[in-house]
Amino acid sequence: MSDTPRMTADTPPAPAATPPMLELENVAKSFGAVVALRSGSLRLERGSIHALIGENGAGKSTLVKIVAGLYRRDAGDFRLNGESVDFGSTAQSKAAGIAVIYQEPTLFPDLTVTENVFMGRQPVGRFGRIDRKAMRAEVEQLFARLGVGIDPDRPAEGLSIADQQVIEIAKAVSLDARVLIMDEPTAALSGVEVDRLFQIARSLRDEGRALLFISHRFDEVFALCDTVTVMRDGAYIATTPIGETTVDGLVRQMVGRDVTDLFPKLPAEIREPLLEVEGLSSPLFHDISFTVRAGEIVGLAGLVGAGRSEVARAVFGVDAYDEGTVRLGGRAIPKNRPDAAMRAGLALVPEDRRKQGLVLESSVARNVTLAIRETIAKAGLITSGMENRAAKEWASRLEVKTNALSTVAGTLSGGNQQKVVLGKWLATEPRVLIIDEPTRGIDIGTKSEVHRLLSELAGRGMGILMISSELPEVLGMADRVLVMREGRITAEIDRDDATSENVMFAATHAQGAHQ
Amino acid sequence: MTATIEKTAVTKRLHAIGAVREFGILLALALVVLAATVANPNFLFSADGWRDLLLTPSILVLVAIGQAIVIITRNVDLSVGSILGLSAYLTGRLFIDLQGIPIVAVFVIAVVFGGLLGLVNGALVAFAKVPAMVITLGTLYAYRGINVLWTGSDRINASDLPKDFLALGTGQILWIPILTIIAVVVLAVTGWIMKNTRGGREFYAIGSDPAAAELYGLRVTRRLLIAFVVSGALAGLAGVLYAARYGTINSQAGSGWELDAVGAAVIGGVAITGGVGSVWGAAIGAWLLLTINRALPILGIPDFWQRAVVGALIIGAIVLDRVLAVRQRRKLLEAREDDR
Repeated sequence: MSDTPRMTADTPPAPAATPPMLELENVAKSFGAVVALRSGSLRLERGSIHALIGENGAGKSTLVKIVAGLYRRDAGDFRLNGESVDFGSTAQSKAAGIAVIYQEPTLFPDLTVTENVFMGRQPVGRFGRIDRKAMRAEVEQLFARLGVGIDPDRPAEGLSIADQQVIEIAKAVSLDARVLIMDEPTAALSGVEVDRLFQIARSLRDEGRALLFISHRFDEVFALCDTVTVMRDGAYIATTPIGETTVDGLVRQMVGRDVTDLFPKLPAEIREPLLEVEGLSSPLFHDISFTVRAGEIVGLAGLVGAGRSEVARAVFGVDAYDEGTVRLGGRAIPKNRPDAAMRAGLALVPEDRRKQGLVLESSVARNVTLAIRETIAKAGLITSGMENRAAKEWASRLEVKTNALSTVAGTLSGGNQQKVVLGKWLATEPRVLIIDEPTRGIDIGTKSEVHRLLSELAGRGMGILMISSELPEVLGMADRVLVMREGRITAEIDRDDATSENVMFAATHAQGAHQ
Repeated sequence: MTATIEKTAVTKRLHAIGAVREFGILLALALVVLAATVANPNFLFSADGWRDLLLTPSILVLVAIGQAIVIITRNVDLSVGSILGLSAYLTGRLFIDLQGIPIVAVFVIAVVFGGLLGLVNGALVAFAKVPAMVITLGTLYAYRGINVLWTGSDRINASDLPKDFLALGTGQILWIPILTIIAVVVLAVTGWIMKNTRGGREFYAIGSDPAAAELYGLRVTRRLLIAFVVSGALAGLAGVLYAARYGTINSQAGSGWELDAVGAAVIGGVAITGGVGSVWGAAIGAWLLLTINRALPILGIPDFWQRAVVGALIIGAIVLDRVLAVRQRRKLLEAREDDR
């Protein structure tokens, strides 16, 4: 498969006699120079449950946000019942009969369930008095129809996510929404809750509504949906009736791209084990064991929410874990002690550098020396001179593009910020570096610089654990790929054997990912 | 889970907690009155005592109602004391400069004037997206500055004001001071609106989760403007009544009232984080706050300690609310486990 989609051949088949409920054709959306959606197409029919799947960053969320009225499209067609529409607000989308149920619903915690269902459109009587009885009666009717027994008078606070979703669905049904979009609704649900949700979804389908179900779980897609649309790299790939496809076929459509030699991974001598994690478990992940050796880059792949960052945070000691051990160079690191982990030679470059990695208001020099304050201080005092001397070396080695070390970190570009965070941790001279999404939101040029740097560090004997949601990055950089799915490591694949298909398969499907 | 939906035990208990919260301050008020009356029976059982018990808090009740509405939307209005001061001086000037102006006209002008000052607050908060704490702290000083500029060392005296107007400040209808009647009417109306209308419920929704309010498509900007206008208008009304009650107005009238109003709302169970509480609670809070101030000297508590007692009351109220909130959350979570 080629990387450039052939527009004409890749758009859905020509319209039938009655126009589809909702139709998107070659919709595009950019944010500045970043293209979030190149050419999104989708066709939802009445009485159908349609699945939308694709890798992280395939453009699914952008597409949904355009439909929901949160974003305005730059180009392309968007039709409802055959009529062209353009939503400037969520209210307009709602009024047109579209309801979006997000993974984590937003309800008013202090208000009752009933008020949450009706907020903004309560039935009113004389003097604008809200008719509580009518409201309550309608909620009972709705809940009976959906088969749920949530107490309508309790506040929304403390409700499970499943119940909150049901309230969102009740809201949508009471609005008589014709199009329901569920964005990864099952991510936080238990088995029973998923069954209940599916039952509700099917009954809504049988009423003639159009449902869009976004999920990473193939078993659910096959169990619930009748049609599936695949997106990749911000573009529409294919729409297929569920009976005519297989998990393998979908995976191939999701990843079908060439791994380019964008990433200059240099060969490095892989030596003794440095970081050894054994049987690590917490409510968020189970029985995680792996080893990172000196000179090795281990890629940790998986979908967003698979528990990768959680594992990293636990290993580094930011979060606690229930069972298991973490060793570095043979010595155990006590749990929940980031300071001990740092002393042992571990460094963590977090996923969200703006929130967790940088003091945005401080200078580059201060940021770079933040983790080594104690070493550079003399008698507990630090001067700007000391900071600058220590920071200078790292800034030049990392080629941070800034006029002065006194530049405030928040004003740097994403790539340069990432380098500053890297510099901060490299200044501690770690033996093992854990780096979470090293190149998210960074331009191509800086991206390859970061990769070159990681490769160099490994060459000098550092062990690197690289968490990444970008398959090409994992495949290009890692000596070994670990794949996580729903809190477990589901595959360990050597560099030579790793392909987009088998990694994606292990990330999305439960069995048989080893080759 | 069952098909029929009945009030669960937890819901019942939660309603009970809500009622207990407001009943609690009412009880505290009763205890204060009781203690003061035991120490000096005139505190309650004299014409003046009874009148003062009702009259003293009436003006603050109005300001506290406005404050409660603003706090329920997860904002705060620190400029109400300054608005009250400006409105009180405006009232005096109207009577002096426009001899024979109808009293009703003065009321209307002062309320509209207060509303406009509130609109400035609301517009700055809603459009500039700057926290209300900062904006209204700014207008607190700005409005007071205008007041000082306008008033200078001038002072309006009771002799400058019409007798009929001053009579409002101390007059009674059937043992109940007129100011108290005004306060209770405003309280009943705002209380009803907050509880029973879409607009009222939207104030709670916005304070409970502003982001969700946007997603629901509520007109958040408009609601915030209304909340601040109401708060300003009530402070404007309070300013007229202040003039009627005290007769003497200088450039410092109403200074510090914003803190009493916030204190009253918090004591009355209005959560400073928004979404919770009622104007009734804030009104009772105002009543308790000022009654304690009057009772403490009678109980022989030195002046020095009186402010500390008020402070303790506010902290106590916040601690109580936290404890109740934590208990409520736990109960709700337990109820959820029971469902499984």
